[in-house]
Amino acid sequence: MSIDTTEAIRTILREHGRLAEDITKLSDQSDLFQAGLSSHASVTLMLALEEHFEVEFPERMLHRRTFASIAAIRACLSELHGASA
Amino acid sequence: MYVGVDVVSVNEVSRSLERFGERYVRRVFTPGEAAYCRAATGRVAAERFAARFAAKEATLKALRPDTTAIDWRSIEVRRHASGWCDVVLHGEAAALAARQGIESLALSMSHDAGCATAVVVAQVVARTSNRES
Repeated sequence: MSIDTTEAIRTILREHGRLAEDITKLSDQSDLFQAGLSSHASVTLMLALEEHFEVEFPERMLHRRTFASIAAIRACLSELHGASA
Repeated sequence: MYVGVDVVSVNEVSRSLERFGERYVRRVFTPGEAAYCRAATGRVAAERFAARFAAKEATLKALRPDTTAIDWRSIEVRRHASGWCDVVLHGEAAALAARQGIESLALSMSHDAGCATAVVVAQVVARTSNRES
């Protein structure tokens, strides 16, 4: 996964995450739930990520860990892209 | 006994319905839930969806999941003819409840002032002791 992927995740987070903290101040490892990501916002985030990256998060990924950080999201997307390659 | 509570913005749910439409509904709600919510239109439909989302999250909190992945649709709000609602669990959510020793769930939902909220109380089976008295 590239820098572009990370930037795309950050852009989608800015639009759909409704975070209490400024996304530019968060590292890739920062806890998004601690930064204000609600469970409902994590659903809209998931739908927006699916739309942008043309993937579908399977049931086994419907867990808080999947959306816990930018790095965690990137890892899941990488796995999904690997599976579809 | 375990308890879970959640509050959801009706406006946020409205935005999700507008932005993602059927995909949002299909990924989060069961066909039965969707049919009930869509029996209304506009703001009332959004309030119904929001209350059900709050109920799912409140249930999840009461189930105290560890690393289990739970599909939102495996937690279903069913409305009785009298108007009262219950939570029905399927799949992994039902399996998790069994592992946690939860024998029943009680649900209450409400919405007002732009927010929907839900409280879920989980009754845990009394643990039997192997010790001899």
